[in-house]
Amino acid sequence: MAWGTFLTYVLVMAGVTYLIRMLPLAAIRGKVRSKFVQAFLYYVPYAVLGAMTIPAVFSSTGSLPGAVAGVVVAVVLGWLNKGLLTVAAAACVAAYVVSMVVH
Amino acid sequence: MRYWKGFRDGIPIALGYLSVSFAFGIQAISLGLTPLQAVLISLLNVTSAGQLAGLQLMTAGAGLPEMALTQLTINLRYALMSISLSQKLDESMNTLHRLLISFANTDEVFAVASSQKGKVGRAYLYGLTNGPVAGWVMGTALGALAGGLLPDSVTNALGIAIYGMFIAIILPPARAMREVRVVVLMAVAMSCLITFLPALSFISDGFRIIICAVVASALGAWLLPPPLNEDEDDEKEALD
Repeated sequence: MAWGTFLTYVLVMAGVTYLIRMLPLAAIRGKVRSKFVQAFLYYVPYAVLGAMTIPAVFSSTGSLPGAVAGVVVAVVLGWLNKGLLTVAAAACVAAYVVSMVVH
Repeated sequence: MRYWKGFRDGIPIALGYLSVSFAFGIQAISLGLTPLQAVLISLLNVTSAGQLAGLQLMTAGAGLPEMALTQLTINLRYALMSISLSQKLDESMNTLHRLLISFANTDEVFAVASSQKGKVGRAYLYGLTNGPVAGWVMGTALGALAGGLLPDSVTNALGIAIYGMFIAIILPPARAMREVRVVVLMAVAMSCLITFLPALSFISDGFRIIICAVVASALGAWLLPPPLNEDEDDEKEALD
C-alpha cells in the first residue's frame, strides 16, 4: 500500500484508539465514593473478559472440537489456580491435538 | 522491585501476544502490506480486534470516517477499562505517566492490573506493559517475515492462546466468590444471546462487549454487591 494513504489510515486508527484509552485515565483523579459505582467498577473486568471469551473462543481455532477441548482444559486448569501461561499453553496444545485427531 | 514484579506478571501476556500478533502479521502481508507497515500498525495501536478491522478497512479502501467510527465502536470498551483502572492507581501515577501508560492499557494488562491487591503504581505498570508491547510488535514482525513457514494447523491452534489467558484470569476469583461467578455467567449469557439471536445480530462485537459488561456489572452491583473492604486493601499495601 502507498505510504501516504497508509499513514493517514494508521494515524486515524491510532489516534482514536489512544484517545479512548487516555481520556478517562487522565481525567478521573479522585476516588469514586458511591458504593454502587465502586461495585460496578469492581465487576467490569470479569464481565468484559467473560463477554469477550464466550462465544468468540469457539471460533478462534478454525476447529470447533479443538476449541471445545481447549476451553475444557483451560477451565479445569484455571479452576485449579494454574498460572496464565500454563493455562494458555495447555489450551493451545489441547486445541492442536484434538483438531488433528478429529481431522 | 515493583518494576520486575510487573515485568514477570507481563510475561504470559507477552507470550500470548506473540502468537496472536504473529497471526496479525501473516494477515497483513496476505492483504498487501509490507512488513514495516504491519509492524507500525502494531506499534501504534496495540490492540487486536481494532487492528484487524482497521487492516480490512484500509485494504478495502474505506473512508476515514468509517475507519474512525469502527475503531471507536470496537475500542470503546477501553474507556470502561480506563475508568475502572483510574480507581486502582496510586499517587505515583501523575499526568505524564497516565498519558504514557494509557497507550498500553490493553484488555490483558487491564485484567492483570485489576487483579492486584490494593493500588498499583507506575513502576509496576511500566513493568507490566513493557513485555506485552514488545511481544506484540515482535510477533507482528515474525508473522510478517516468516509466517509462511508455519503450517496452518499450528497457527490456528495458537488462536486460542489469548482466550486461555482470559479464562485463567476469570476462574480463580469466580471460584472464590459467588458474586463474581454470577456476574460472569450473566455477561456470558448476554454475549451468547446477542451473538446468536438474529434480531440482535446487528450489534457489532465492540458494542456487544460494552453492553454485556455494563448490564452484568450494573445488575451485580445492584443485586449482589461484592464484599469490598477498601481500608483492608490499603492496609495490605502499607504492609507490603
